[in-house]
Amino acid sequence: MLAEKRFCCLGCQTVFSLLQENGLGTYYALETTPGIRMKPAGSFKWAFLDDPAVAETLYDFADATHVRVTLYLPVIHCVACVWLLENLFKLHAGVGRTVVNFARREAAISFDPRKIKFSELAGLLTDIGYEPQFMLGDAQPVKLAAWRKKAWLQIGLAGFGFGNIMLMSLPLYLGLDTFNGPWFKAIAGWLSLGMALPVVLYSAADFWRAAWAGARQRTITLELPIALGLAALYGTSIYQVVTHQGPGYCDSLCGLIFFLLCGRMFQKKTHERLTFDRDYQGFFPLSVIRKTPVGEECVAISRLQTGDQLILRNGELLPADARLVSGEACLDYSFVTGEAEPVKRAAGDHLYAGGRQVGGAITVATLKPVAQSYLATLWDHEAFRKPRDYELDSLTNRYSRRFTRIVIGVACAAAIFWLWQDPSRAQKAFTSVLIVACPCALALAAPLTQGTAQRWLARLNIFLKNGQVIERMAEVDTVVLDKTGTLTATDGRGVLFQAADSPTAGGLTAPEAQWIGSLTRHSTHPNSVRISQYLAVEPRPVQGFVETPGAGIAGEIDGHTVWVGSTEWLAQHGVSLTKATPGVQVAIDGHWRGSFGMENALRPEVAALIAQLGDRFELALLSGDNEREAARFQKIFGPRATLRFNQRPADKLNFIRELQQQGRKVMMVGDGLNDAGALKQAEVGVAVVEHIGGFSPASDVILDAVQLPQLGRVLTFSRQAARVVRLGFGISALYNLAGVSIAAAGLLAPIVCAILMPISSVTVVVFVCSTTAWLGSQTLKLTAAPSQKTTATDRNLPVVATTLEAA
Amino acid sequence: MSVIIVLILVSLAVGLIFLGAFIWSVRSGQYEDTLTPSMRMLLEDAPVPCPLPDAGSAAVPLPVQEKNTER
Repeated sequence: MLAEKRFCCLGCQTVFSLLQENGLGTYYALETTPGIRMKPAGSFKWAFLDDPAVAETLYDFADATHVRVTLYLPVIHCVACVWLLENLFKLHAGVGRTVVNFARREAAISFDPRKIKFSELAGLLTDIGYEPQFMLGDAQPVKLAAWRKKAWLQIGLAGFGFGNIMLMSLPLYLGLDTFNGPWFKAIAGWLSLGMALPVVLYSAADFWRAAWAGARQRTITLELPIALGLAALYGTSIYQVVTHQGPGYCDSLCGLIFFLLCGRMFQKKTHERLTFDRDYQGFFPLSVIRKTPVGEECVAISRLQTGDQLILRNGELLPADARLVSGEACLDYSFVTGEAEPVKRAAGDHLYAGGRQVGGAITVATLKPVAQSYLATLWDHEAFRKPRDYELDSLTNRYSRRFTRIVIGVACAAAIFWLWQDPSRAQKAFTSVLIVACPCALALAAPLTQGTAQRWLARLNIFLKNGQVIERMAEVDTVVLDKTGTLTATDGRGVLFQAADSPTAGGLTAPEAQWIGSLTRHSTHPNSVRISQYLAVEPRPVQGFVETPGAGIAGEIDGHTVWVGSTEWLAQHGVSLTKATPGVQVAIDGHWRGSFGMENALRPEVAALIAQLGDRFELALLSGDNEREAARFQKIFGPRATLRFNQRPADKLNFIRELQQQGRKVMMVGDGLNDAGALKQAEVGVAVVEHIGGFSPASDVILDAVQLPQLGRVLTFSRQAARVVRLGFGISALYNLAGVSIAAAGLLAPIVCAILMPISSVTVVVFVCSTTAWLGSQTLKLTAAPSQKTTATDRNLPVVATTLEAA
Repeated sequence: MSVIIVLILVSLAVGLIFLGAFIWSVRSGQYEDTLTPSMRMLLEDAPVPCPLPDAGSAAVPLPVQEKNTER
């Protein structure tokens, strides 16, 4: 019955089958489902989770009878997933409550360690289709959650103060105190002061701290005029209330803090589960299997020593430089080099860290500690050690430096003028200028523009690390592109079938394509994945599936035996190949049918993108490959562009630095770990990823590969956004001019302040948000639908990302 | 005219109740995840209380300090 139905994901399918079995029984067998081959749920795969040292780092909470752990389950996809996972306790008595966080693709699971081991829990999840992913260095979410909680409390408190003080100030503005007598004014004043105190101390705490830090470093940041304004507002309010001169400015004070905090919250939107600062540790497993005299044991990566003998199984990553002891190594270095083709190595060979074993188990002896491996040394480069501090040089801070000087100048001038004319008004004029010139609108312009722009880009599956990236992107004048994996794709494109009996490409019949496609989708070898993507067929059930890792796969579909693999492998199985063709060979029922040629094809529209970028930017191409395709790319890039081949990771980094020394602002577009240094060094590093949420090196922007053709438009949009910020500054300057004139004349009344401040903030907010949104809809082509190669999971992501709340 | 004092005190009390409710909601983690509850609501049957007593507090991820002290 499952065969006739199609499901959006494994979760839905599982739920369906569970319901079918009535009563949500613990028994169900996905193995009977056609077309789905469950990965062998070898409990050994998760054995490392029972190592106390590893478990310790993963548990949220643990005692003898209860453990709670938060697991990242990237497969979580729809409502049914939430339902299934939250009913996990029905599947195993040892499992307690499960709470799913859909946006983060996380499940917090409680379990009883006496009844179910952590490794068994991971195995159970894998069995029902939710394989957990473990990463080192992912401890930030806890910190972020604490930050968010505090930010919400600060906003709430400021909002409370703003509303309630305004409630009491309004009667005073409207002259109600004349009915009630002066005591009403006094009570309202003291109550306002009281309510504003926690706002000033708690809600505005970050501004005080930032202003103090800035002052100690002798740099003027935006927080300094804000803090000055806040201090002037509260100081004057206390003075007025104590001396019975008026109700003070507490309503404006709280409103100001409230707006500033809202702006900050809007800007701090984070993309859940996207990691922009991942270092090499993020790519490594938590533990590996070490060979001991008595057998095998799981050992945490951090406790690995030189000379240890490790066992790597299919799909496992080599964490340190090592020498191959035994076994047939076939290492996939796509993380490191971007090259998808696995590399074969023989016993005694030196293996670099970062390779993923494809094929049978191998034994290696480590040569260097993890931290000194070839891969890790890249992170020792100074580009990684020194945090780039663009913050101080942001547009806002450049303006605020000028702004602060002018404001303090005007305040002093006004004070001196009134000391000479009418000394009683001098102090009031001085504080009034500081109060009214408080750069609320200035502080909001940049974050709101950037926040809006970020949201628009997120709809395109382009995620920015933070808002300031937009500013830097607007200044870019040179674009450097990586070739493999960035401009060329390793998916179904570039795959061509060549029949054995025909000189031209093509020639597969529809059923044959269906058989081959059904077979290859069961293998994770890059070539199998590409063939599956190329054929894109409705899967048929496969019987007797066999994989010889690194060599070939075989299975029976609809009564036909299909073999797909290397020439030697087919020859071993007695298939006679009449002529030698490169690529992946196919035999059906024992007869050679033909071969699949694999070429690295350019992503679609790349040529158009390059032409478009070439008009506006200096272009360069860096590639780890040899020069065999130099002529082809020179033609695409045009004669002026710099093309460099045979580039090692350090070369790429140095090339970017040379450009920067010539005064260029560089955007680096790359994908693999081999680009990590260059991405980090460049003003803007763009990581091109096939799957959002998958592994990506440290970068400023994570861009869905499908959206690469939009890069030109994204750059245009960022320039427009920077212009919007400047216009926002202009508007706030106009308001300040008006306000400061009134204040310098010594005429500022609380009601003027209470009206002027929100109006200036709201105008700027409305202007920058609506203009940026409008520009976004005009410039960015939102219609560009994800290509068919994206899975259902990916297609769902943009929706989620935009509905995530501002935090 | 002292009625205005009463009114102010009442309005302030109401405001404080809501502020308290807000603080409670933030601290109990209701702002942690604003997406999943909206989906959970669509499920026909609410998850049955599970047999195993829960570790730590209810639906919320554990606070950091608990992580450190309980070990």
